[in-house]
Amino acid sequence: MQNVDAVNSDFIEKEPKMNYLTNGFTLKSWLLTKDHKRIAIMYLITVSAFFLIGGLYAATIRLELLTPQSDLLESGTYNKVFTQHGIIMVFLFLIPVIPAILGNFLLPIMIGAKDLALPRINLLSLYIYWIGGALIMYALMQGGVDTGWTFYTPYSTTFSNTYVMATGLGIFINGFSSILTGLNFIVTVHTMRAPGMTWFRLPLFVWANYATSLVMILGTPVVAITVLLLALERIGKVGIFDPAIGGDPILFQHLFWFYSHPAVYIMILPGMGIISELISNFSRKKIFGYEFIAFSSIAIAVFGFLVWGHHMFVSGQSIYAGLVFSFLTMVVAIPSAIKMFNWSATLYKGSISYDTPMLYAIGFMGLFLVGGLTGLFLGSMGLTVHLTDTYFIVAHFHYVMVGGQVLAYLGGLHYWWSKMTGKLYSEFWGKISAMLIFVGFNLTFFPQFILGYQGMPRRYASYAEELQVLNIFSTAGASVLGLGMILPLVYLTHSLIFGKNASSNPWMLPGLEWRVPSPPPTENFESTPIVTWEAYDFSDENGLDLEEARRRHLATIV
Amino acid sequence: MQSNSWVPLFPEQASTFAWQVDYLYFYLILVSVVFSIPIVVAIFYFFIKYREKEKYAIPDEIHGSIVLETTWSIIPFVVSMTIFLGGAYIYYNQYRMPAEAMEIYVVGKQWMWKFQHGTGQREINELHVPVNRKIKLTMTTEDVLHDVFIPAFRTKADVVPGRYTTLWFEATKPGKYHLYCAEYCGLNHSGMGGWVYVMPQDEFDNWLAGGAGSNQTPVEAGKELFMNKLGCASCHAAGSGQRGPNLEGVFGTDQKLTTGQSVRADEEYIRNSILNPSGQIVQGYQPIMPTFKGQVTEEQLVSLVAYIKSLSGNAGNTSSMTTPATTTGSSSNSTTTNTANRGNTNSVLSSNPNAPRQTSEPSNTNR
Repeated sequence: MQNVDAVNSDFIEKEPKMNYLTNGFTLKSWLLTKDHKRIAIMYLITVSAFFLIGGLYAATIRLELLTPQSDLLESGTYNKVFTQHGIIMVFLFLIPVIPAILGNFLLPIMIGAKDLALPRINLLSLYIYWIGGALIMYALMQGGVDTGWTFYTPYSTTFSNTYVMATGLGIFINGFSSILTGLNFIVTVHTMRAPGMTWFRLPLFVWANYATSLVMILGTPVVAITVLLLALERIGKVGIFDPAIGGDPILFQHLFWFYSHPAVYIMILPGMGIISELISNFSRKKIFGYEFIAFSSIAIAVFGFLVWGHHMFVSGQSIYAGLVFSFLTMVVAIPSAIKMFNWSATLYKGSISYDTPMLYAIGFMGLFLVGGLTGLFLGSMGLTVHLTDTYFIVAHFHYVMVGGQVLAYLGGLHYWWSKMTGKLYSEFWGKISAMLIFVGFNLTFFPQFILGYQGMPRRYASYAEELQVLNIFSTAGASVLGLGMILPLVYLTHSLIFGKNASSNPWMLPGLEWRVPSPPPTENFESTPIVTWEAYDFSDENGLDLEEARRRHLATIV
Repeated sequence: MQSNSWVPLFPEQASTFAWQVDYLYFYLILVSVVFSIPIVVAIFYFFIKYREKEKYAIPDEIHGSIVLETTWSIIPFVVSMTIFLGGAYIYYNQYRMPAEAMEIYVVGKQWMWKFQHGTGQREINELHVPVNRKIKLTMTTEDVLHDVFIPAFRTKADVVPGRYTTLWFEATKPGKYHLYCAEYCGLNHSGMGGWVYVMPQDEFDNWLAGGAGSNQTPVEAGKELFMNKLGCASCHAAGSGQRGPNLEGVFGTDQKLTTGQSVRADEEYIRNSILNPSGQIVQGYQPIMPTFKGQVTEEQLVSLVAYIKSLSGNAGNTSSMTTPATTTGSSSNSTTTNTANRGNTNSVLSSNPNAPRQTSEPSNTNR
């Protein structure tokens, strides 16, 4: 208890001597830092830049699809645009976004550690990400790729004469960044927890990142091998995937989805972790069914490796293999359902505040519900024969990836913004943008479910005339969504310069990250904290002075 | 799509699968709504009822409930199993080929569809089929992956280079329906498609009679390749010295291989044996056949397979039964000799295995 009080007194004093941002201003002090927080900030800047580029590609796609003919772009350009949208969003944005930015910044603080277990490896993984990203950018500038982000053979090995190898090399290199981050997180969670921080006191965001890390280190090597084989065939003319030289194109699909299906869990599990944090903290209530949420993350990570064949129901796979994959797909849906129910139940008899992060969390629940349920449509084999490779698929995975991961990320970014920067953003604009994104998103992607059922194939630069109305809705929605995405860029940047200084714990929450100053000092904790409370403990025993906080809150109102 | 069936948001129902797939779709929408309403109502109700009344309040602690957790694990599991079974049943119908069906050969190519009917009639990007008749498409591609997708029939299947895939349907309503390529295939992917015309049987027969005259059927074309152009008959016809197995009556039977395994002589096996002869050798024969890879086109392969299939007479394909080469299994000795003789009279070169092109290497290089 002694230590806890010592940590608490920090927030009353408010002004720490030096924080991680003021600890050195030279470029070198950033580029050679081993501080997980500075590395996270550098990730934040790069990942946001890639998100912006990927978003511009998305806008171009929607503009082209405003009319049935391919008039804005010719089909060759369109093919490159959707391919590059996919590659940038998947490999450079969705996979690293939450683990590398928020996970990097918060995971050590949340478990009471001074840094990740392997700080140099952490910096290395950032550089690897930069090199991989730079290679992919180089390929785009040179003329781009047109294989689709899935790189299906033999198109990618024999027929495409675009920059497949440079992009592939970028993805190959980038994969090591994921592997190292995952490894680092696993070692950190096992070895660096503060005294008293038992496994079942870990915040659920840590559990989610732990599960994600498992998938990263087990799955990513497979995509690396796949890209390597692709290169062997493309450069060395070794027959692996192209039947003309003795290969098997279906083999590529097995290898690709063996990684890329688990990868979609890399892209949603950390988001689920953030939502658990937000729902619990903004209801000021211990999360309902902590163990069930924690173990459902692990279950998703494990079962996620056994369902890759559901991407191949129409590719000529045997009926019986299809049956097994469809069955397991239904099984993997259950842990996600369990999470949904537990989140909803957490709200019951809570004390719910409507702050921006909570709006994102509620938005996430709505969109993830749709994304998850339409996943059942696609897991049902008879239906997926009609739906696969249409806009139904496109809508489904955007509901999960954007409605899920991106909303969770934005929720988390707002939630921890004051901790990361020491500044408060505009709550008014925060709420406006959260609502714009929710409305714009639905308007963009819901019509695509109907388009898909009507049979509009994906990756089409031109489409049948009768489908134009729904496409216009979708493009209109995309402009609202785009506006909603630009707003945070503006007001969050604005807050860095003009924002009010944040206290260490603006919402009076019990997590360890709220017991260090905002922004935290380089070493996070002045002395190692001793944890005596459960996760999400809002009772009087959590060591926070709520009476004092209430008094000060009343004072600010008067 | 001229008119939509009964709900404007759905494509037309024009095959025997369409209503099955649509009912499964409605069932899933129903499940989704039944699940969503309680969750959404609960979220909004709690969100409003339990909104913050005092800053930093401490609500009662509720830790969880094993009963609730079990309930909301088991109910979704049971419901998901009904979805799984329904989907599996329809999938089985879609992908298990019927025994009796009119066969059409499909070759995909960047960026067009080539169809050939059993009577020899060829089409590009258009497919005419009779209504109320089972149609089986046997498909392959000359280059990359493609996918035949006919939304009104609620079915699709990938077309894979180096192998045959199959798709079947039975159209239930005359009309004109979209045909798409649903697997990304490069530059003009969105232009690779056309129309499926479903016609009453008599109209279809007229249409077929209209342009079929000058064309050979796949079986006839295959026979010509077999007897003359490629010289297969010199080893594979009865009485040819038996350097290679007599192919009459072979199709559809199980063959014992030199490795001791056995293999079903289906389209895929015949195709592989032409392109990669030493891969799977039937017991009692030497691996002396040269490869024909690079010498036969996909369309010629399709014809050869159709011909070899016709030698067994069990192809179940009524429209390809037009040639006299059709025999009932290998029992009839006289027909066998007959076929071989006709081959010999047709071409003096047929005894020379390297007759068609001199590019193929002598067979001994193949060991």
